Amino acid sequence: MATSARRDACPAIKNLLLLDSEGRRVAVKYYTDEWPTNAAKLAFERSIFAKTLKTNARTEAEIVMFENNVVLYKFIQDLHLFVTGGDNENELALASVLQGFSEAVTLLLRGNVDQREALENLDMMFLCLDEIVDAGMILETDGSLIAGKVATHSIDDGAPLSEQYLVRPL
Amino acid sequence: MAQYVKKDDDRDEEAEYSPFSGIEKGAVLQEARVFNDPQLDSRRCSQVITKLLYLLNQGDSFTKTEATEVFFSVTKLFQAKDIGLRRMVYLIIKELSPCADEVIIVTSSLMKDMNSKTDVYRANAIRVLCRITDGTLLTQIERYLKQAIVDKNPVVASAALVSGIHLLQTNPEIVKRWSNEVQEAVQSRAALVQFHALALLQQIRQNDRLAVSKLVTSLTKGTVRSPLAQCLLIRYTSQVIRESSNSQTGDRPFYDYLEGCLRHKAEMVIFEAARAITELSGVTSRELTPAITVLQLFLSSSKPVLRFAAVRTLNKVAMTHPMAVTTCNIDMESLISDQNRSIATLAITTLLKTGNESGVDRLMKQITNFMSDIADEFKIVVVDAIRSLCLKFPLKFRTLMGFLSNILREEGGFEYKKAIVDSIVTIIRDIPDAKESGLLHLCEFIEDCEFTYLSTQILHFLGIEGPKTSDPSKFIRYIYNRVILENPTVRASAVSTLAKFGAMVDSLKPRIFVLLRRCLYDNDDEVRDRATLYLNTIGGDGSVVETDKDVKEFLFGSFDLPLANLETSLKNYEPSEEPFNVSSVPREVKSQPYAEKKAAAKKPTGLSAPPAGPTSTADSYEKLLLSIPEFSNFGQLFKSSAPVELTEAETEYAVNVVKHIFDKHIVFQYNCTNTIPEQLLEDVTILVDASEAEEFEELATKPLKSLPYDTPGQTFVAFEKLQGVPAVGKFSNVLRFIVKEVDTSTGEAEEDGVEDEYQLEEFEVVSADYMLKVGVSNFRNAWDNLGEDFERVDEYGLGPRDSLKEAVSAVINLLGMQPCEGTEVVAGNSRSHTCLLSGVYVGNVKVLVRLSFGVDNAKEVAMKLAVRSEDEAVSDAIHELVAN
Repeated sequence: MATSARRDACPAIKNLLLLDSEGRRVAVKYYTDEWPTNAAKLAFERSIFAKTLKTNARTEAEIVMFENNVVLYKFIQDLHLFVTGGDNENELALASVLQGFSEAVTLLLRGNVDQREALENLDMMFLCLDEIVDAGMILETDGSLIAGKVATHSIDDGAPLSEQYLVRPL
Repeated sequence: MAQYVKKDDDRDEEAEYSPFSGIEKGAVLQEARVFNDPQLDSRRCSQVITKLLYLLNQGDSFTKTEATEVFFSVTKLFQAKDIGLRRMVYLIIKELSPCADEVIIVTSSLMKDMNSKTDVYRANAIRVLCRITDGTLLTQIERYLKQAIVDKNPVVASAALVSGIHLLQTNPEIVKRWSNEVQEAVQSRAALVQFHALALLQQIRQNDRLAVSKLVTSLTKGTVRSPLAQCLLIRYTSQVIRESSNSQTGDRPFYDYLEGCLRHKAEMVIFEAARAITELSGVTSRELTPAITVLQLFLSSSKPVLRFAAVRTLNKVAMTHPMAVTTCNIDMESLISDQNRSIATLAITTLLKTGNESGVDRLMKQITNFMSDIADEFKIVVVDAIRSLCLKFPLKFRTLMGFLSNILREEGGFEYKKAIVDSIVTIIRDIPDAKESGLLHLCEFIEDCEFTYLSTQILHFLGIEGPKTSDPSKFIRYIYNRVILENPTVRASAVSTLAKFGAMVDSLKPRIFVLLRRCLYDNDDEVRDRATLYLNTIGGDGSVVETDKDVKEFLFGSFDLPLANLETSLKNYEPSEEPFNVSSVPREVKSQPYAEKKAAAKKPTGLSAPPAGPTSTADSYEKLLLSIPEFSNFGQLFKSSAPVELTEAETEYAVNVVKHIFDKHIVFQYNCTNTIPEQLLEDVTILVDASEAEEFEELATKPLKSLPYDTPGQTFVAFEKLQGVPAVGKFSNVLRFIVKEVDTSTGEAEEDGVEDEYQLEEFEVVSADYMLKVGVSNFRNAWDNLGEDFERVDEYGLGPRDSLKEAVSAVINLLGMQPCEGTEVVAGNSRSHTCLLSGVYVGNVKVLVRLSFGVDNAKEVAMKLAVRSEDEAVSDAIHELVAN
């Protein structure tokens, strides 16, 4: 998918990363071919993690220029969240995506935002990424709406009672 | 691929628990069999899908068979009624990206979900189906997608719109049919639906400027609620402004809208508008002020993102409008200590651009503290900014050069050091006062430089600049130290530098010779060879004598031969009595695929096929022509035409002609290319029949000795004509040559050739060839200055034309004059047009032309031609030109 870098095009997201406090993947999603192989993706994650590790991105989202990309990031407990966009992207539009991402994760993990909880609810993390960005296009930026869409666990009509359950611990 | 690479990251963690520790692909694939159970356990299935997704997310890949197997069993899960499970099914289908055959299997299930009452199903089924489908299926589901776009559930509408944006890349003709529905969705109350609809609508209409303009006009008046949609609208508005900025009259359209957005409640929109204003082409300071004001407020925000965005934009503005940004200087200075080093670097470089001369010293002090704690990449940015600052305030070079030399001594990588060295070199070149100190800084640097590339570059530069200083001898110590201490590459270039000092500074010569003689015992061949060469060429026995000019030119002059050609010629040179002659090396910058044996016999010719730019070629043409003895007394070249092709494309021989006009002569330069690998052409000449050009008399021809395959060559024919007379005529041409067969495997040509001819097309010398395109900056003044004395006015009918535009450009080409003040551009559907032209006619007569065009309903174009010139005859000649 050719995502044009031109400014009159839509804001495009290049990737969303959810890493743990050692820089390991919890859940990641890439939307461009800029990092074609898994090795290239890992290298990007490692370097952006190392570059941002010493900064304080807990109260406010932080921002850094990295390899001709703008990367916004925020740390919650031992989770590191990243949103990458092109060089020319409106930084505040990217910030709204990061905001939605971190709010949704917080809501979905019911306040216990840490690596273990995220792994235990990994299905929700994957769904969460899926609800924020679709192939680079921003889908939703409101954290509670994202979380709401992920957490609809009601059973559709006509399902037998035996299949119904509410909480699905892994 | 079948081999499993263990991806367990947690194995060395002490007590850290992960639900996925020890997970293995083979085992998970086994587990995936639960998908086939008749009695589905939704929870279990969800877990297995999560594990599969985990593996994929960690970078594991499935083989084709594994993926197919998983895909098929996953399709069974559509029977389950559990929403959570269905969501996971959607997710894994997207991840597996099934092939066309497999897609068919899930199509009906997904289409059923697209019509489900459950919103979540509808939205996700649309996204999945659009992702995996190809064009053929799209026509089947198009109806549902159009419905979905206007669905009252925003999630469903967004899903359809976003899918539309992706599908537009592959199936534009289908998506374009949804225009009406998308238009309706733009009015949606849901913020993100509006954003997605606007994005899709603009992309559908992308190539229709008028439609985009209309869209912008209507929406900027209306209410766009979503901040993201508002940002898009600002971008589209800037695009419309860019495209309509031909007429610079009065207020800029839509500026008020952009300015209004500066008061929007969302920061995202304020910033987008501010940035759009700063990027307007030819923005005035009045337009800029409100944007700078809001950006300045952002600078003191508590949010790093806002500060970063603002300082980055202001940094860009500072490049073009430094004065506008100076109001922010106080805020900028406080940002130097910002926690975020990106922000601090941007603030510093902005200050360097906007600062005044008196503030430089204070600023440099601040930067010195700052440099130690930023990364190399930021340091390079700062170094570049300091270089431009130094060129802006040359008086401050002492402070800035001092700073650069200090950081040069500190630790740093190659790119950083190179940036510093480049900056010092630039400053030395541009500021004469900085030369001595700058060179000494560089000398000190190479005393302890770990980068061979930088050492050799600096030594080379020292060789050029060092001898010109007041006391060249003080550099010798540094240079000779390199000969003692460095690797062979650096030693060799140090020897060259020493030799340059020796050749340029006679008083140093004896001492340099002593040093060079020591180099004769170096253990590297290159170093010894260089020392020997210089000792033997520069001054024989080392006595104080003037070094021969030719020697200097040979050793240190610029070397303008293409190296590849020199290499070929050297390889072909057979040792004999006759020494190798450098001037025999061809100068064409073209690779020669077949070795040419007779290279030595070839005379140096000028540049090959004429490059594009007319002004840059004029010089090279003149040099080329003057270098040919037969033409050297023709005087100054008046004009060279653009090449006229005399052959069709892709014929055996490609020939074009350039007409060179002199005062009393005209020279035709035939550029010939031989496109047959099996042939070598020799004694190439052009037979010109000038029977239809009576005023010309053939004077001389210059044949081309040899024309090998794919190497352009030139042959010339010169004619004489009456002085200052714009003689015209038609010339027909025949290419005559001796053709020799070439064995393509060895590149050798046969001894005997056959004489042959090749008919070329004819060409004309027209009056426009005598017209030089020379523009005037103020046409009205020039027009008035020429006066009415030799004004000639007449009207002409040009007959029916395709468009006014075509008629205008036809007349401009006919006259061969320079359009002034952009009047060659005809507005879209105007019915009349005035075009102003200027030029210099042969004999250096200034000519101005005012053309007024009009077109009627039958597309008949009429033209009024007014000519003013310094010579009555010329004014008449212009009219004759048009009349014919």
